[in-house]
Amino acid sequence: MSLLVLCDHDRGTLDEASLEALTFGRSLAATAGITCEAVVIGAGADTATALLAAHGAQRVHLADHDVLTDYGPEAWGETLTQLVRSIGATAVTACGTDRGNEVLAHVAARLDEPFVANCTDIDPGDAWTMTRVQWGGSLLEDATLDAGTRVVSVAHHAVEPSPAEEPGEGLVVPFTPDLRAEVARTVVKDRVVLTQGITLATSPVVVGGGRGVGSEDGFAQLEDLAGVLGGVVGCSRAVTNNGWRPHSDQVGQTGTRIAPDIYIAAGISGAIQHWVGAMAAENILAVNTDGEANMVAKAGYAVIGDLHKVIPAITEEIARRRG
Amino acid sequence: MRILVCVKRVPAPGSRINVTPDGDAVDTAHLGFTTSPHEECAVEEAVQIAEQHDGEVTVLTLGPAESEEQLRYAASVGAHNLVLIPITEVDWDPQRTASALTTAISGIEAADGTFDLILFGNESADTGGFQVGIRVAHALGRPVVNGIKGIDLADGAASARREIDGGFEVYEVPMPAVLGIKEGINLPRYPTMKGRLASKKAEVSATAVEAAAGGQTRVRLHRPLEQVSETVILGTGPEAAPAVVDLLEELGVLS
Ligand SMILES: Cc1cc2nc3c(=O)[nH]c(=O)nc-3n(C[C@H](O)[C@H](O)[C@H](O)COP(=O)(O)OP(=O)(O)OC[C@H]3O[C@@H](n4cnc5c(N)ncnc54)[C@H](O)[C@@H]3O)c2cc1C
Repeated sequence: MSLLVLCDHDRGTLDEASLEALTFGRSLAATAGITCEAVVIGAGADTATALLAAHGAQRVHLADHDVLTDYGPEAWGETLTQLVRSIGATAVTACGTDRGNEVLAHVAARLDEPFVANCTDIDPGDAWTMTRVQWGGSLLEDATLDAGTRVVSVAHHAVEPSPAEEPGEGLVVPFTPDLRAEVARTVVKDRVVLTQGITLATSPVVVGGGRGVGSEDGFAQLEDLAGVLGGVVGCSRAVTNNGWRPHSDQVGQTGTRIAPDIYIAAGISGAIQHWVGAMAAENILAVNTDGEANMVAKAGYAVIGDLHKVIPAITEEIARRRG
Repeated sequence: MRILVCVKRVPAPGSRINVTPDGDAVDTAHLGFTTSPHEECAVEEAVQIAEQHDGEVTVLTLGPAESEEQLRYAASVGAHNLVLIPITEVDWDPQRTASALTTAISGIEAADGTFDLILFGNESADTGGFQVGIRVAHALGRPVVNGIKGIDLADGAASARREIDGGFEVYEVPMPAVLGIKEGINLPRYPTMKGRLASKKAEVSATAVEAAAGGQTRVRLHRPLEQVSETVILGTGPEAAPAVVDLLEELGVLS
């Protein structure tokens, strides 16, 4: 009896998120009294074996096939499904990334089993009980799972990845799935690399603007402040809906999750769907005319006032001190 | 070109999400409802494709009778046909939902022809199950890719772009196909007055569909622990700037 953990990699370099899944998976497997095994799909994956063993994988299944030239949801889903059947795995998990959730949904569809996405906690009794996230993290759901093979993903960032106290054996087991050429229809055909500097997701400083900014042009003041702080501009959905900024600037449940040292949120009311995208910020400074705004209540720091006066004053004060 | 979009009606909470006392559902007593944002963009995408390729857009939802509101909204921005699968429960689990949608889609296709493209939202805004579109595609035997933020159609295939760290992946999916759409693929239009009026008269065809419950069962909903922090008010108006810059210096973000 085993728990199979899908680990993702890019030409041999493991995705950090996979180690979260493995860290979560090995303790789940231990509680359930089953073995924890990892699977990596596609060529070049063998270099990841040692790291997977260090994180608790007893076996590392290396799945390869001509069709598996690159990521493909159907090809990966079919491969994983065949492996689950072939080793008789009783549970399968992955980190709840775009790919992790996508592949597990394919596995569940093929096995005709439930799939519980984005769990933060699982108690593997006779029937498994779990806590999972809804609303992108604003709400939690306790659920039970009745299934032959348990298919569950672990919410991204819910676990801190750490090596196992007792490393796994890391026994390498090659696996060749039987794939019809048809599944190649959804394999990645091409990649476009956009050279970006600091991105919204990784910037140490984010200056966010909401409806209170009032217009597309109003963002110039926020750009200026972001510029002197070496940061980037973000925004709320009210702003993208108005066409003032591109969606790539949107912070929140259906936008980007940010985690800067400081988030300056100007003219943003702090709706829950915005907040889930901003709450990982180390510090938050709200600038709002309304002292009762939710963003002000939730922020560590606030300035009450018109952002069009406050933001330029901050930029000027920085310039003044820098001389 | 026949396009189907599957949408979900979801509550639109403000500063927090409240749960009913029994923990069964989101307390919607004082809330408005909306179309889940990814699906709102999927409807817009479908309407744009239909405009370019002389197509017809059908919008399908499984939900309470009130979901008619979301179907009519879709009509007000250009959808042609509206189909409702009414349910009386708060929510159906993902397997049950997918199975009912598959039955309904097969029925529509048997009568009116195959949909070249079926669009779903990447995940529903509320329950976030990340699977219904994939299950339906699998049941229909069609290719499916999630996370799509760009579509170009040519020669019976959909070239679909998916955002990844530092760029995007390109998929060439033969049609008929299923795609999971993400917000940001377009900027949805607002309904015109004419669209609004026409949508009031649009016909909604309602068909009850039965489907067996799946293996995931909700026990209760609850809010995550909130970190309560005292907000330090640094000042009022532009006079607060020196205090703000003191803070930035203290946090080491000025260097
Ligand atoms: C399913 C779903 C998903 C969503 N996903 C997201 C998401 O990813 N990201 C997101 O942001 N939202 C999201 N939303 C929308 C969200 O609910 C809010 O509608 C949105 O965040 C509000 O944006 P806002 O704060 O800019 O606007 P408002 O709520 O209108 O707030 C404007 C604020 O500006 C202040 N203000 C006005 N003028 C000034 C001034 N001159 N100076 C200073 N302050 C001023 C006001 O006091 C107010 O607090 C989602 C909604 C739903 C239903």
